[in-house]
Amino acid sequence: MELMPQTPQGAPTRSRLRRLVVALALPIAGISLSGCTLPGFGAHQADTTTGQSAYRLWQGFSVVAAIIGAFVLALIVYAVVAYRRKGDTIPKQTQYHVPLEIVYTVIPILIVIALFVATIVTENKVLAMPKTDVAINVNAFQWGWGFTYEHQNAVAIGNTTDSPVMVMPVDTDVRIILTATDVVHGFYVRDFNFSRFALPGVKNQFTLHATKTGTFFGQCTQLCGLYHSIMYYKVKVVTQPEYQTWLSSFNTPEGKVAADTAKQVLKEQMSAHVPVKTQFSRGAY
Amino acid sequence: MTTTIDRITIDSHDHGDDHDGGRGHDEVHVHDHAEHHGPSGILNWLTTTDHKIIGLSYTVTSVIMLIIGGALAEVIRGQLANPNGHLVTLAQYNELFTMHGSIMIYLFAGPFAFGALANIIVPIQIGAPDMAFPRLNALSYWLYLTGAITMLLGFFVTGGAANFGWVGYAPLSDAIYSPGAGADLWIGGLMLTGFSAIFTGVNICATVFYLRAPGMTLFRMPIFTWNLLVVSILILLAFPVLTAGLIMLYADRHLGTHIFTVVGGGSPVLWQHIFWFWGHPEVYILALPFFGMVTEIIPVFSRKPVFGYKGMIFATLTIAALSLGVWAHHMFTTGVVLLPFFSIMSLLIAVPTGIKIFNWIGSMWRGQIWFSAAMLFSIGFVITFLIGGLTGVYLASPPLDFFTHDTYFIVAHFHSVVMALVIGGMAGLYFWGPKITGYMLNERIGKAQFWLLFIGTQVFTIPQYILGLQGMPRRMAVYPNDPQWQNLNTLSSVGAILIGISTVVFVLNIVASWKKHPAGDNPWDAHTLEWFTTSPPPHHNFFRLPKIRSERPTWDHNHPDAKALAHGKDAH
Repeated sequence: MELMPQTPQGAPTRSRLRRLVVALALPIAGISLSGCTLPGFGAHQADTTTGQSAYRLWQGFSVVAAIIGAFVLALIVYAVVAYRRKGDTIPKQTQYHVPLEIVYTVIPILIVIALFVATIVTENKVLAMPKTDVAINVNAFQWGWGFTYEHQNAVAIGNTTDSPVMVMPVDTDVRIILTATDVVHGFYVRDFNFSRFALPGVKNQFTLHATKTGTFFGQCTQLCGLYHSIMYYKVKVVTQPEYQTWLSSFNTPEGKVAADTAKQVLKEQMSAHVPVKTQFSRGAY
Repeated sequence: MTTTIDRITIDSHDHGDDHDGGRGHDEVHVHDHAEHHGPSGILNWLTTTDHKIIGLSYTVTSVIMLIIGGALAEVIRGQLANPNGHLVTLAQYNELFTMHGSIMIYLFAGPFAFGALANIIVPIQIGAPDMAFPRLNALSYWLYLTGAITMLLGFFVTGGAANFGWVGYAPLSDAIYSPGAGADLWIGGLMLTGFSAIFTGVNICATVFYLRAPGMTLFRMPIFTWNLLVVSILILLAFPVLTAGLIMLYADRHLGTHIFTVVGGGSPVLWQHIFWFWGHPEVYILALPFFGMVTEIIPVFSRKPVFGYKGMIFATLTIAALSLGVWAHHMFTTGVVLLPFFSIMSLLIAVPTGIKIFNWIGSMWRGQIWFSAAMLFSIGFVITFLIGGLTGVYLASPPLDFFTHDTYFIVAHFHSVVMALVIGGMAGLYFWGPKITGYMLNERIGKAQFWLLFIGTQVFTIPQYILGLQGMPRRMAVYPNDPQWQNLNTLSSVGAILIGISTVVFVLNIVASWKKHPAGDNPWDAHTLEWFTTSPPPHHNFFRLPKIRSERPTWDHNHPDAKALAHGKDAH
């Protein structure tokens, strides 16, 4: 007489597997979501909401990497110390240990799944496109940047000798519409933990939501020719009233003239299909 | 053994035609032409089709490329030791890092991996007299040498060498933005070395499939040979794509097409897709041969079989399969690729790579580790590769790639990986050098070289990880005057100097050990067939072969009582 209730053979294993995945994913997800007082592992906490999400993911990955790295390094050091040559006897010729091999195949797969889940959660936050009224067109060219503001007169343009400043309001979703006029450039602000290629013929869009006022350093990250190393710009994050004041400064007669001149320069820059050739003069710099 | 065949004579010219494996003969005697009659000296070198001489030419040429590429790196690090360095101009700096990357990837790492050691070792490891197509093999080498010279000639033309990075992103690499002849020489050199690689791939595949000695079944092949077989298949899948891309780039530059330019309706991102569809398998085309080298070396110096032999092969095949589906992780920041797919594929590569690392540790576990120079280099490889591998996992996650892409974090990551390969390559040279030349390299100088190279590598890369996280982009001739950035850059330059010194020590070691201590057939009590023949091997490699019943025929022959076991089984 069978007294024990019949259970399908696979069920306990499956639930144990699920528990293991949860056990592995929870700390990473927890770290990614909570932002507790873990060290930064070299990264910067960032001054945008998306940058902060990426920072917490960085912390989660770093904890996992540190544990795995320390474990593997300890194994190597132990093997090197404990199994150094002590004589001429031939050690046991063990070649396979199938259960062990399965363990160190399956556990990494579970860790990878956990990392992937945490990645997707963060990625959806970083790439979210909330509705917003503030939109800035960013044009990268050899070697400078142009910033024009949708539905506004405001404009900023500059090159390697005169770095332009992109002004944006704090605590507001700002849509960036990024493109390049000649070669591939890279829009990168270290304090925002974000970068994106400026591609000719492509309008890349993303959202920046600054949490702090201040001036942040930006520069081109994708090799774009001779003056790539000095293709700088600045991002100035200001309060909403300051931003409005700055915008309206382009609505005065003098402001309009200045804006029109700058826009004309940018237009010429963009419409020049055969842009300034890269100078091959060695020693030009 | 019912059908014992005592002696088989094999004419080495149609070797392998009618001898399938698994027959119960004891020893196979191969009649070689006892003396090889042919031209000698330079004429021999120019006309030879002997895989060992071609392999040696590859070895010498690729190590010279390593030294040239390394010298360029020292100039780069010299420039970066100061935030506003004036060692070179901005234009020269762009040429320097472009040619440094191009020489190291196209002219050193690949040819060294599948041209040099593979050429010499693979035929011997499977008991073959030569490559399947010896003349094609010679063509591969001459194409490689011609391609290398073509690319380097860029330094001597007006406008200088190619200067758009080793990835040559369009439209920066088109005729408008890079009008010089240096760019065309770069394209031409790459095509020539690309065909050289394709022919080598064909040759290794054919050799492995058709020229294995009797008894050498696929699952008795040494891991090094297995990895080279997989690499050859990857070469055949990836390199034609690069060649096609280069033809398109050349057409854009000179034939008026607009494949990669927006103006004529083309797409700059297409170049990135084509380039990285070759470029990521290329990473494994470079890495797998070196994985194979240390997989041979670690078990030999632990006096154990390789741990998890079949798991190792499975891991290699998995890496190769995944490597064809991860190219767009180089393009996460373009905003025009499907992020989750390429993210999970890239993350998954960590699994088979992890299996390999655990198998290397498993091979050492409960062994008798002999810390020869080759073994030290192998352990140094594993540790350096561990660092490069772990930091690579971050880059498979798009939100993390967004803020590390094109910064020094990436530079540090792939230099950890490629320096691991250099360290692994040195392990290979110290291990197989005696087999190739017949003479030992000095072990003590080798160990000094190891510590310089290993410590130099970490001092060189670790500051770069920090610099990248602090926001320093790559390919910068000058950088903002921040004292911390300068200190980190100076430290990294010190590491580069240590690496440079280690290279000098290596060259000195070759000079110091020149024809001093004969190696004998098997100085390391090693496992595989190349250690059964003389050092250097005769013209067609073998006078006799041992019985091949596992992936360690030479070990089985020398230690008939020490057979490989699964865990839990007794020795007898």
